[in-house]
Amino acid sequence: MRILVGLGTCGIAAGAEATFRALREKAEAAGVPVRVEKTGCLGMCYREPLVEVQDDGGIHYRYGHLTSDKVDRLLEEHVRGGRPVAEWVVWSNNGIGTEKAFLERQHRIVLRNCGLIDPERIEQYIEAGGYKAFTETLERNDPDAVIQIMTESGLRGRGGAGFLTGMKWRFTRLAPGAKKFIICNADEGDPGAFMDRSVLESDPHSVLEGMAIAGFAIGAADGYIYVRAEYPKAIERLNIAIAQAEERGFLGGNILGRGFSFNVKLKEGAGAFVCGEETALIASIEGKRGMPRVRPPFPASKGLWECPTSINNVETFANVPWILTHGAEAFNSLGTANSKGTKVFAMAGKVRRGGLVEVPMGISIKEIVFGICGGIKDDKRFKTVQIGGPSGGFIPAELQETIIDYESITKTGAIMGSGGLVVMDETTCIVDVVRFFLEFTQRESCGKCTFCRIGTKRMLEVLTRITEGDGREGDIELLEQLALLVKNNSLCGLGQSAPNPVLTTLRYFRGEYEAHISNKKCPAHHCQKLLTYTISDVCNGCTVCGKACPSDAITGDKKVKHVIDQSKCIQCDECYRHCKFGAVVRD
Amino acid sequence: MEAHRKFDFKNLHYAGQRGILIPSLQKVQEEEGYISRESIIEIHRQSGIPLAQIYGVATFYSQFRLRPVGKNMIRVCHGTACHVSGAKGISQAVEDHLKIGNGETTPDRLYTIETVSCLGCCSLAPVIMVNNDTYGNLKAADVKKVLRSYKKLPEEVSK
Repeated sequence: MRILVGLGTCGIAAGAEATFRALREKAEAAGVPVRVEKTGCLGMCYREPLVEVQDDGGIHYRYGHLTSDKVDRLLEEHVRGGRPVAEWVVWSNNGIGTEKAFLERQHRIVLRNCGLIDPERIEQYIEAGGYKAFTETLERNDPDAVIQIMTESGLRGRGGAGFLTGMKWRFTRLAPGAKKFIICNADEGDPGAFMDRSVLESDPHSVLEGMAIAGFAIGAADGYIYVRAEYPKAIERLNIAIAQAEERGFLGGNILGRGFSFNVKLKEGAGAFVCGEETALIASIEGKRGMPRVRPPFPASKGLWECPTSINNVETFANVPWILTHGAEAFNSLGTANSKGTKVFAMAGKVRRGGLVEVPMGISIKEIVFGICGGIKDDKRFKTVQIGGPSGGFIPAELQETIIDYESITKTGAIMGSGGLVVMDETTCIVDVVRFFLEFTQRESCGKCTFCRIGTKRMLEVLTRITEGDGREGDIELLEQLALLVKNNSLCGLGQSAPNPVLTTLRYFRGEYEAHISNKKCPAHHCQKLLTYTISDVCNGCTVCGKACPSDAITGDKKVKHVIDQSKCIQCDECYRHCKFGAVVRD
Repeated sequence: MEAHRKFDFKNLHYAGQRGILIPSLQKVQEEEGYISRESIIEIHRQSGIPLAQIYGVATFYSQFRLRPVGKNMIRVCHGTACHVSGAKGISQAVEDHLKIGNGETTPDRLYTIETVSCLGCCSLAPVIMVNNDTYGNLKAADVKKVLRSYKKLPEEVSK
């Protein structure tokens, strides 16, 4: 019998390490014959800590919310007694559990090993078919064939822009130059996206293998992984994986005796969102300020140290070994006409089941949000889904039938981006979230292009005053004008896409801006300075609100309905939060 | 100045290669907690990289700090998911509890608060990270309990 504990960052944050320790210690103390092993992220972040018990009959039971206090019962009933604790099971391969819908509509290619193997043990990756594609590639010794398969598969870059991976590799291969580089972009900076972190933490070898294959295909002997310093667990596991791959001879000089050499180095990003942009990322590896430059020349011809360089995203690389093992057709039979394969989405926000889902391209937003992720938390109304982070846009509930592929998403004004989907409900104020994004892009603008540097600042000021109740007539038009100027006059993706949140919301939620500006009201009841607090007849005069009020705006005797003096109210929300009877009304 | 001799930047992983500056700064910060004026000068002396360039890089990236920080680094996530799940209230609770503002350090040098863009644990929002430990699904009321566990001596915490 084998027990797997999901030890990704999410799992650890939910207490999985304590569960892991308790399982090991208690199983050993009790002399139960069971192997307790680590694994990565199973994707069901909303049920962490997750534990999978695999019995000798081949039946796998996955338990959710398995905190350390539940370990005794699990060991006693399931491991010793052979009776699974049915009420905790979220999924099993013999059909029980509550979370079937979440897993069974997914199609896992990138996440094929996540949550199933121990990311710190290369032998488990190899056992799962790992490094087979790379070994066979070296045996066939035909780089052009690799590029041909990648092109036929239709795989497009998963970092956001969606350029054909095979084409990028071909350009880099054909570019003149003796020295070439592979860079893995793991600078996952979009707030709301965490699929790259999860892949690196759960299956680092799939990325290394993808990079090695890419290195062979384009003729590069060196690869860099540029990873965010905010991901300590990913860095730790990558370092372990690189050392193990070197030890086994999958990385290093004269790999498997085939004369091909490939070394991978880790570069920790130092915290700059703009470094997700490829030319800025290169500048950062070169030890400079991470500022983008004009393209062309593209990195494929002049990249790192002026050498031809192919930069691909984590998810892109993780797809590569699978495609080579299963063939281009297995991949391009999934998806839509121009978007092939699957895409991993990081689901977060006001959705019932948040976590990682990998679905074939072409699935609708509605299917993901409601079918897989169970709809909106607390039965609130679905308002919008934010896709693509600060560079992306908002797709409103009315367009939930929109299918996921590069072109359809772009048509809505948003972008596929790296695949963060943040679901928002009726309590989310659109103007406030857009202000939040502009605050982000304004702070992260490297300052090189005037329109991006100053334009985002001005847009942020306008948005801030709208949310504070000081919006003016003409602000919407001003935002539109600024948005177009910034979009058209910036060098890199950061500036060109920073206005997307503004532009998409002005298209779909214009009324909400107008309500803030003209009526001085926040329809989502979020912007505090636009709220009016009153006390309704439900009030029984318990005096709690009066004591909580920091500005002495509430008066009233015991057991008598209280009153808020609007001239003294500072909209701090304290009375609303303290009232146990729902008597305080916000409007 | 003598203290900074201990950094031998030529022995770094990237020795002999270009692009040594950022890893050097990261190494200094990892060991000293921040980038001091003296260490910038020391990097310049060993690598020959102009002082202005070192300063330019050190101030460009949000990771680098030019002032000392507390033993415990509290990172409050303000990513999108955390923002819509009440990160503001968490920040407020941390600041109220420690009686310092964002980016500041307590007088006893035990804690520094920093707001970060995204820690990548969005489905556990709102999230904070203390040193390398992540805490999710927080409510403002939980903050005290989390921080109290770090009140021990820094040496014990690091164990």
